[in-house]
Amino acid sequence: MSTTTTPTTATPPAKTPPPARKPATGTPRRPRRVLSAIPAFLAWFAGLVFFLPVAWMVLTSFHAESDAASNPPALTAPLTLDSYREFFSSDGASPWPPLINSLTASLSSTLLVLLLALPAAYALSIRPVKGWRDAMFFFLSTKMLPAIAGLLPLYLFAKNTGLLDNIWLLVLLYTSMNLPIAVWMLQSFLAEVPPSLIEAAQIDGAKLPVILFRVVGPVVAPGIAATSLICFIFSWNEMLFAKVLTGVMAETAPVFLTSFITSQGLFLAQVSAASLAISLPVLAAGFAAQDKLVQGLSLGAVK
Amino acid sequence: MTTPTATAATPSPGASSRAKAWALRAPLLPALIFMIVVTQLPFVATLVISLFDWNALYPDDRSFNGFGNFSTVLSDDALRSSVVTTAVLTASVVLISLVLGLAIALLLDRKFRGRGLVRTMMITPFLLVPVAAALMWKHVLYNPEYGLLNGMLVWLGDLLGFTPPQPDWISEMPLPAVAVSLIWQWTPFMTLILLAGLQSRPLEQYEAARLDGADNWQIFRHLTLPHLRRYLELGALLGSIYIVQNFDAVYTITRGGLDTANLPFAIYQEFYQAQEYGVASAAGVLVVIGSLIIAMFALRVVSSLFREEGSRA
Repeated sequence: MSTTTTPTTATPPAKTPPPARKPATGTPRRPRRVLSAIPAFLAWFAGLVFFLPVAWMVLTSFHAESDAASNPPALTAPLTLDSYREFFSSDGASPWPPLINSLTASLSSTLLVLLLALPAAYALSIRPVKGWRDAMFFFLSTKMLPAIAGLLPLYLFAKNTGLLDNIWLLVLLYTSMNLPIAVWMLQSFLAEVPPSLIEAAQIDGAKLPVILFRVVGPVVAPGIAATSLICFIFSWNEMLFAKVLTGVMAETAPVFLTSFITSQGLFLAQVSAASLAISLPVLAAGFAAQDKLVQGLSLGAVK
Repeated sequence: MTTPTATAATPSPGASSRAKAWALRAPLLPALIFMIVVTQLPFVATLVISLFDWNALYPDDRSFNGFGNFSTVLSDDALRSSVVTTAVLTASVVLISLVLGLAIALLLDRKFRGRGLVRTMMITPFLLVPVAAALMWKHVLYNPEYGLLNGMLVWLGDLLGFTPPQPDWISEMPLPAVAVSLIWQWTPFMTLILLAGLQSRPLEQYEAARLDGADNWQIFRHLTLPHLRRYLELGALLGSIYIVQNFDAVYTITRGGLDTANLPFAIYQEFYQAQEYGVASAAGVLVVIGSLIIAMFALRVVSSLFREEGSRA
């Protein structure tokens, strides 16, 4: 379908296969074209089905509550920003402190993760230490321990040291949650740096800092960016630790969202607006990291 | 890497090589120590607490209980049913999202107009904050009076001229309701991993197979599936790790009611609401043992992928 009609996207080589294929099968032109359109049609259908709930939530968030709560759904109801306005300036609980807490926790822990993971990944890839595989697997194995199994002692510890409802405790926990992922990801990115590049710099007499910042740095910068975005996403999304270990002061955005759990139908538009507003930073980060997302989510094992 | 060969024989080169080894190791240590302190110590504490009879509401009655909590956990109907719920939920979500993900990855692997846009639409469910996604399913989609699902049934009824049923999805089918929301969130993850797998196929083999006259199904069955095996395994294992631990969807959609409490939720309730610290810890230890069994399998799979990667380099 795309091969003959659209040179819009950057697929010039796609123009060549059809003439090679057509004589090989020898089927008449039209049915073949219809048949080859089916997968594209199905793909679009699947994409739309998966996207529909989000699209609907976006539409609902821009509807007045009375239109959002109509059945059958009011597709063409007038649009309004009321729900967002109410969400951000609500008289009861303002979403700003939780949003700022989430931002603080996610950014600080991402920074701390990079600080710890970059040297570790260096020691595991460019000049690997003895037993580096064991170290890698130790990091990975911590991801497989269910978080809930360590939560009670952490809660007791926080309670006895006065760290309950303190955002910096969450920063430490989010760091431990993301550090293994970051080590694995960064290891796989650093391992892609051609050794000849480093050797050449060494022969030129470059010192370690110069090699790191001038030679290795630029090559792995996109990988570091993707790793940061993924750590940010996971920290921002986390709910269980935040729910148990924070209260009023350090409440995060996902915990704030849980106050909408019991709200009944009449707040449909506001639930939608709140959910989307709080998801927005993650959506932005996720779309930005799209290409490297798989590698990150599969701990660098899949490229 | 080859430093500690002559450690004991001659003291001075041994010492310097040991120093060199430590210099190599130094960048790794902060991360390693941090992880041990923050993840292993709490678990050890959980292990200790699991041996005590300890309810925070009666702090003076704390006493050593041996393995009593473990037998409490194993004989408690609610906790036992949460084990079954966890298994059913995890297995169904992982299997269904894996099959759906494979089908969609195969569709997305072909070139067609708007592929980038479809891919982006597919990823969106995975990028929604989990609590937000669960809230969306609970209120915007499942709500019996205003939800989109029943709204679509009304549309369909008007179109075809019948009186549509208006089920209360969450109370009539609570576990499937939770599962569907998770399948919706996790299918994109499977799609992404399998798509990466598809795009790493050795194309020469496919050309050769075509020249030999293999049809599409034979190529899929004998080339694509074997190549994808590792990616399928990886998707299944990573998915399992995350879905076994799922808390947000269960907490948001059903609050663990109607027999949908999985293990993380049951443990959360046991310690956060019932304040039964000892029992909650014992349940936590059992979850870890279960996870370790899955994890050993998981690590082997990742390790084989990893070795393949290493041999290529």
